[in-house]
Amino acid sequence: MKYAIETKNLTKKFENLVAVDNLKIKVKSGEIFGLLGPNGAGKTTTLLMLTTLLKPTSGTATVNGYDILKYPEKVRSSIGMVFQEPSSDDLLTARENLYMHAMMYHVPKELRAERISEALQLADLEDRADDLIKKYSGGMRRRIELVRGILHQPKVLFLDEPTLGLDVQTREHMWEYIERLTEEKKITIVMTTHYMEEADRLCDRLAIIDFGKISALGSPEELKKKIRGEIVKLKVSNPNIQALKKLRFIKNIEQKDSELLLTVSNAEQNLQKILRVVGKVESVSLHTPTLDDVFMHYTGHEIREQEAEGGFSERIMQASSRR
Amino acid sequence: MSELEGLYALWLREFKIFWREKPRLIGSLVTPILWLFLFGGGLGANVAIEEVNYQLFIFPGILAMMAIFNSIFFGVYIVWDRKIDFLKEVLVAPLSRATIFLGKVLGGCTDIFVQGSIILIIGFFIGVKISPLVFLLSMLFIILLAVGLVSIGLIIGSRLESLEGFQLIVSFLIFPLFFLSGALFPLNNLPAWLYSLTFLNPVTYGVDALRQITIGIGHFSIFLDFGVLLLFSGIMFLIGTYAFKTMKP
Repeated sequence: MKYAIETKNLTKKFENLVAVDNLKIKVKSGEIFGLLGPNGAGKTTTLLMLTTLLKPTSGTATVNGYDILKYPEKVRSSIGMVFQEPSSDDLLTARENLYMHAMMYHVPKELRAERISEALQLADLEDRADDLIKKYSGGMRRRIELVRGILHQPKVLFLDEPTLGLDVQTREHMWEYIERLTEEKKITIVMTTHYMEEADRLCDRLAIIDFGKISALGSPEELKKKIRGEIVKLKVSNPNIQALKKLRFIKNIEQKDSELLLTVSNAEQNLQKILRVVGKVESVSLHTPTLDDVFMHYTGHEIREQEAEGGFSERIMQASSRR
Repeated sequence: MSELEGLYALWLREFKIFWREKPRLIGSLVTPILWLFLFGGGLGANVAIEEVNYQLFIFPGILAMMAIFNSIFFGVYIVWDRKIDFLKEVLVAPLSRATIFLGKVLGGCTDIFVQGSIILIIGFFIGVKISPLVFLLSMLFIILLAVGLVSIGLIIGSRLESLEGFQLIVSFLIFPLFFLSGALFPLNNLPAWLYSLTFLNPVTYGVDALRQITIGIGHFSIFLDFGVLLLFSGIMFLIGTYAFKTMKP
């Protein structure tokens, strides 16, 4: 089998909102594939469809060779899913949650105890294994969720915003853990994130997704290279755009309020020429492209950091239940 | 079979939580016991119906009451599972929706079994002749009734997202089922139109059977009671399976 996942014009509509629009992606076996986009871009909806929890409006996909519409139970028994919201029963202990998961996912009886102690070790929660989940901190819950997702050794693991709302230290810990997983267990990971840093660090390939469509696809390095040049950020009250357009070494000009983002080749040599024509400059900065710039470049806007509001999945659930 | 293991896991979880949450068990028993002693004992001091003392007369009714309230309210736990997102973990597991529904029903029936046993034991102390056979037969009918009623609770719960909404809808359902079942008074004194409605209430047949088993008074053949309840629970179970199949995470 060449691809772990292949989507064929996968589409989901909610009333008049097209959440996922004719999605065509192919995920190779063994890679970490990232769906990068702001909240509401359709990332979670895509995962819910691939895990058979949500029926597509049209189109389909295969996961591990099984069609999500024809063989939903086979799809589910070959995957693991770690949801954005912790989904363990907090009136059970961590060990009990893991046992229940092992039974539901048909882990052979003789392997259960061993796998569970391995998982607890991996999550660094051996000494808290018999405490009720409700006594756990957010980071501990996340860790338990993650090891639970791989307890049955799935071929494909879906992670929906795996480090959402975690502190820097725990986030680093999770990243190391995810990296270790792919190395040791050779599983394919499909993850959603709206953290550039996370996408850059973990993903072999990335799809930038915005308004349900893919606007760019490639490895983080490839995507950054496509920008060809450095980014010059200027604060100018009344910029002379016409003059800038005549300069050959400027590849791209984006204007937002009084801020000007230029993609410039050989920026260090050419900066002087820009400053000469652009107008009265309040501040200027220069940096090599990051994924933020890539995102800006392909979607025309910055990724929105809006975690406080209810998640997208919640909103679509409400939208769909109103029908 | 692997599906059975999953079923066992689902049931075990329900049972563990039920057993751990002692206030839930005690709370579910307080109301029926209050009715039995305050209403049955207080009013019963002056009243006898069909030549038995009132407390004895309503004892089978109290058993049915416990089954109605606790069975239908059990549906709230599916709303709860959705609220704590645990439902997603279960729905994404490689189990059929029918198995998930059956696991929930078994969990609910286990609760009713424990609660019913306690009330039957209390019955022994107020003078109901509870032999092992009476215990088993009563339990058979209580569970048969509970399968249908737990299914109703879960069907409602599968469509709702708020705990408050569930409670509101369910109380509209519970009270007519209870008052028009003959649990507290003989039905033949009701106005004719209400009396005919009681025949449509499946709980009527449960109360009738329980009253025949525990104190030897009844109107229908116990086989009719059994047949009606079996049909009722069977239909509700099927609808419940369908409700879970079309349920959203």
